[in-house]
Amino acid sequence: MSAGLTLQTRLARGAFTLDLDLTLPGRGLTALFGASGSGKTTCLRVLAGLEPAASGRLSVGGELWQDTARGLFVPPHQRALGYVFQEASLFDHLSVQDNIRFGYRRTPAAQRRYGWDHGLELLGIGHLLQRMPHELSGGERQRVAMARALATSPRVLLMDEPLAALDAPRKAEILPWLEQLHQKLDIPVVYVTHSADEVARLADHLVLLEQGRVMAQGPVLELMTRTDLPLAHGDSAGALVEAVTCGLQSDSDLCELRFDGGTLLLPQTRATPLPDRTPVRVRIQARDVSLSLVQPEQTSVLNCLPATVADVSEDGPGQVLVGLRLGQETRLLSRISRLSCERLGIAPGLPVYAQIKGVAMVR
Amino acid sequence: MLLTPADLQAIGLTLKVATLTTAILLLLGVPLAWWLARTRSWLKTPLATVVALPIVLPPSVLGFYLLVAMGPNGPVGQWTQALGLGLLPFSFTGLVVASVFYSLPFMVQPVHNAMEAMGNRPLEVAASLRASPLDTFFSVVLPLCRPGLVTGVIMSFAHTVGEFGVVLMVGGNIAGETRVASVQIYDHVEALEYAEAHRLAAVLLVFSFAVLLALQLYNARRRRSAP
Repeated sequence: MSAGLTLQTRLARGAFTLDLDLTLPGRGLTALFGASGSGKTTCLRVLAGLEPAASGRLSVGGELWQDTARGLFVPPHQRALGYVFQEASLFDHLSVQDNIRFGYRRTPAAQRRYGWDHGLELLGIGHLLQRMPHELSGGERQRVAMARALATSPRVLLMDEPLAALDAPRKAEILPWLEQLHQKLDIPVVYVTHSADEVARLADHLVLLEQGRVMAQGPVLELMTRTDLPLAHGDSAGALVEAVTCGLQSDSDLCELRFDGGTLLLPQTRATPLPDRTPVRVRIQARDVSLSLVQPEQTSVLNCLPATVADVSEDGPGQVLVGLRLGQETRLLSRISRLSCERLGIAPGLPVYAQIKGVAMVR
Repeated sequence: MLLTPADLQAIGLTLKVATLTTAILLLLGVPLAWWLARTRSWLKTPLATVVALPIVLPPSVLGFYLLVAMGPNGPVGQWTQALGLGLLPFSFTGLVVASVFYSLPFMVQPVHNAMEAMGNRPLEVAASLRASPLDTFFSVVLPLCRPGLVTGVIMSFAHTVGEFGVVLMVGGNIAGETRVASVQIYDHVEALEYAEAHRLAAVLLVFSFAVLLALQLYNARRRRSAP
């Protein structure tokens, strides 16, 4: 499975042209991220073979699915893929169990890598098997659709904004299942979204699309803090940091996380604390990081880490975005006023202290 | 017994014509509806119009053209004679052929509408679940279009039972061969047998009412149970 997915494609439709060159890793979740109309869904449909007019070359897990130059086009039903549409699109005339078994029964026995019930436990839908689709909630329907896609033993799982049609509580209900799912799968997941939150929680790899073209692609941790990309300039811009838990300070109800660049303390809010050495991902927003030239004392801010200024770039009116380096690899963003920047003489190479007012565990 | 043996024979013949016609329409009309729902050909609109014609065309006009086409000098007539089938007008077979044309829109239109309403999504889902196009047609399209199919079957059957003008033009009035119930009523009236006409007319009235009521109830129940 490590062969991954490569796609070069071109598709012109009226004024819109999709022109992509993608290379995705063989496992983990890749988010296709961009504004509406940027070509995210069309890209997914090209991968599935649902846009026969798209020309180019596509290989998935070492298997060639399309090569226009050689006249090769594997029709959608012969591609080992799972597709989860924005609305769950269950077959209304079939029970949950028959929906899930639909694709499984049509998968050649030699290609089956899991049983039809593989996704039931992963997605928590074992108790719904006898129901009809119209008796399910939106979140349940979407989980059934995911189990149905998995039951075909796909070589790639495509998801088109699977949470977009759900309200906030349903999203919250389904997100943990999604996280579990992609961590346990050994196939690439391509996930279309326009939600930065979903990217922060789920993505390992990120492809930024704009007007049918790839603006950037790479590991999500890297792309989130690149100040030449629009991701770093939104109101909720910030860095993602991977850390491991290392103990609970029981007297203060604070949880300690260690990462390349120091330790972070954050309130322990879980019903059951995470065991030691659990890998977690935290998000530190640029607006929550302020800078000081001397080590702040007598401050209420818990997390205060030494860092080095890496770059300074313009951000909205009166504001600049400061890129910080901590440890070997870790990068944070700090949004401060231009006036403070000038007063403190912030420039690349300057050692500073980053005061972090907010840390959110995203997974 | 309220109905005469001739009446019963006419009713039996009517049911036979309607059943055969409906069966043929399922085999021809459903693929035609599917083609109309999927095609991007310029032929789509003209063909859909031709299919709809029997709704507005006087049955005598439709019957007249069919009679000419199937007659000894008509294209269909030449062809059936060359095949050794003889001539179709004034035969049971000719009556069934005419009924198929006459009731075509009543099968094609509800099925076509159901297929269009279904949209592309179920087809794409089925393809992503490894169903071939033919497999998808039988395991997804037909079940999802069942309400349209039920409406098409009931309406084609009932409409064929009620045909009169086309029968007179193409089938004539041959007992046991083409004399269906509606023609039998006409015969009774011509012979001033009003009591007999009343009884047979009442049978057709009750039949038509029962069929339409059943269809209404089916649709109402389906709407209630739909999500």
